[in-house]
Amino acid sequence: MENVVNMDFLEEIVSYFKRSPSSIIAMLQEIQEKYRYLPKEIFPFLSKSTGLSEARIYSLATFYENFSLEPKGKNIIKVCDGTACHVRKSLPILERLKAKLKLEPGAVTTKDLAFTVEVVACLGACGLSPVITLNGKAYPAMTPDKATELLESLIEVKGE
Amino acid sequence: MKGYMTIDNIPVEIHDERNILELIRKIGIELPTFCYYSELSIHGACRMCLVENEKGGLEAACSEPPRVGHKVWTNTARLRKYRKNILELLLSNHNRDCTVCNKSGECRLQDLALKFGIKNIRYLNTAYTPEPDESSASVSIDRSKCILCGDCIRVCNEIQNVGAIDFAFRGSQMKVATAFGVPMASSPCVGCGQCAAVCPTGAISVKNSLEAVWSDLLDKNTDVTVQIAPAVRVAIGKRMGFEEGQNALGLIVAALKRMGFVKVFDTTLGADMTVEEESKEFLKFVEKTHSLPLFTSCCPAWINYAEKRYPELMGNISTCKSPMQMFGALVKQYYKNNGKRHVHVAVMPCTAKKYEAVRPEFTCDGVPIVDHVLSTQELIRMIEQSGYQFNKLEPEAVDNPFGIVTGAGVIFGVSGGVTEAVLRTLTEDSSNATLLQTAMAGERGMEGLKELQVEYKGKTLSIAVVSGLGNVGRLLEDILSGKKVFDFVEVMACPGGCVCGAGQPYVPLSVKEIRGKGLYAIDKLMSYKRSSDNPLIEDIFSGILKGREHELLHVSYDSQEESTE
Ligand code: SF4
Ligand code: SF4
Ligand code: FES
Repeated sequence: MENVVNMDFLEEIVSYFKRSPSSIIAMLQEIQEKYRYLPKEIFPFLSKSTGLSEARIYSLATFYENFSLEPKGKNIIKVCDGTACHVRKSLPILERLKAKLKLEPGAVTTKDLAFTVEVVACLGACGLSPVITLNGKAYPAMTPDKATELLESLIEVKGE
Repeated sequence: MKGYMTIDNIPVEIHDERNILELIRKIGIELPTFCYYSELSIHGACRMCLVENEKGGLEAACSEPPRVGHKVWTNTARLRKYRKNILELLLSNHNRDCTVCNKSGECRLQDLALKFGIKNIRYLNTAYTPEPDESSASVSIDRSKCILCGDCIRVCNEIQNVGAIDFAFRGSQMKVATAFGVPMASSPCVGCGQCAAVCPTGAISVKNSLEAVWSDLLDKNTDVTVQIAPAVRVAIGKRMGFEEGQNALGLIVAALKRMGFVKVFDTTLGADMTVEEESKEFLKFVEKTHSLPLFTSCCPAWINYAEKRYPELMGNISTCKSPMQMFGALVKQYYKNNGKRHVHVAVMPCTAKKYEAVRPEFTCDGVPIVDHVLSTQELIRMIEQSGYQFNKLEPEAVDNPFGIVTGAGVIFGVSGGVTEAVLRTLTEDSSNATLLQTAMAGERGMEGLKELQVEYKGKTLSIAVVSGLGNVGRLLEDILSGKKVFDFVEVMACPGGCVCGAGQPYVPLSVKEIRGKGLYAIDKLMSYKRSSDNPLIEDIFSGILKGREHELLHVSYDSQEESTE
């Protein structure tokens, strides 16, 4: 799976952070930034470079909600389920998105890696509730129907 | 002395204790703990060590430095209540199948629950369904018994520098896991068992072969022979009712014979054979120019570590089999044409030996050289199961034709012993003065790294004796970077050597030293001190092994690929 990760890129990251074990989280963030997840193949390399065990890096990667060990979709939708959004019915929006994208129970990413749907605790935009973000852009006062429209507006949902 | 602090109204002198807990234990109070080991970093997770101060505040004694004038109490109404509550909480999500647990009787959770009189657990039982990982030949892991104290993780990282396991996930999902949750056998784990030794519960335990041994032993059509490693004899005393470090070999032999082992042997002869072969190899080695040293090969956890971490060094590891395997090969040869099924058992201080025994490299004529490996703890269990009153047995001698061993072989069980044994052979002199000089060269003692220089036939030999894989890792980096140069390096994966192996009953490092001293005391009483003086060596090499020394006593680990899985 050498082709999944670019070794030059990894080398650049670890040397930028001087191979320091205390910078491991920053390294993981950079890598996730590029690949949208943490590919398994980076672990032996990071372990060798920093001297941290793979188990320790795995420990960090599973501790922080923000890191993902699963490949993420090209489009990332975050559905806020903080208190304000929750009481203004965020869950039906989530259900609609999952149904439209045919996500299996428990799955967050579509099989074709086009979409990832995540639930987040609070986006800090309670005034806009219920709110979702698509690739970082916020969509306020959502309803399930508006969510369907949003999906349909993206060409990637071909065949739906 | 730096001043006093007060513990339970008793003034106590502060010297250089790292924390209040050490001070409390110093005055003879056994404060309960789950996550504290003096050799490991402080985690402060279990909260069992709480003490109450003057202001009614609670402090974790393991995490607070002693302070002059400070006053604490260790057993107040509040503390009792909290400790009981902690135990209840731990038990609420704990698999409580104590009676069928490997660690039953040695589990600290079980012990403290009993001592604190926990009769009723008020919380809902949320224990995980047991899904033990049995993939490793050395240890089993069962998450349903884990209390998340982190002791295993810290020993594996800090002392052994392996880092096979760590906490993964968080909150209620937190667990001890390998990277990506792969089975232990496919992880960097080297099977040293140190995690099982410190785990206070049955969550990590040493693999058990008792049933397999009993079934062969009680089979009328099978002859079962057994060998006993040097370190075992000085470690079972305490549990069996006498002093730690006392030589219990005679009683062990008596017990094993009664159980039905047809012959009981001493691995020490295997160690003598190893000394002979290794000395020859070393003499050839020093003649050649070498930038890297010759490493010893008797510790199987070290072999695993080198294979997984430093494959480039495999070529510099002695080709000698471990004493267990050399001796096993000899016994298997001896019983070959006996007409009856023959099974050979080894009693070892070591958990990695369990893996060594199943490696494909260690077969002879298609059968494993050693069929079962029992840990010292399993031996104790076996004696208990037989119902013999251990100290009422009459001590017996090991069997012929392999009954003569030397002091050099015995000290293999302690860090520095292999080196001293090889030096004794090289000096070709058994006078007391020379022996004493060899003993003082610097290889003895419990330090993790000992460096010595020895004059040999006009040459200065640089030798390192290293134990504990963390120390080994650091030394190897220095060797590979050229910072340090040696001719010979003795490596033991367990800190202090085999006497401190994870198959032995667990004791703190200070007590392990007593076991080491026990081996040196046995050495003193031996008529033969040098392996080459052992009259059996000549017999064996010119008899049963003749022409097959290389095949039977040496090994090449080139089948690494298939063996790592
Ligand atoms: S057996 Fe040794 S190497 Fe394996 S996990 Fe336990 S401490 Fe680590
Ligand atoms: S496996 Fe044992 S030592 Fe490790 S965290 Fe769990 S209870 Fe503690
Ligand atoms: S021993 Fe102090 S918190 Fe565990």
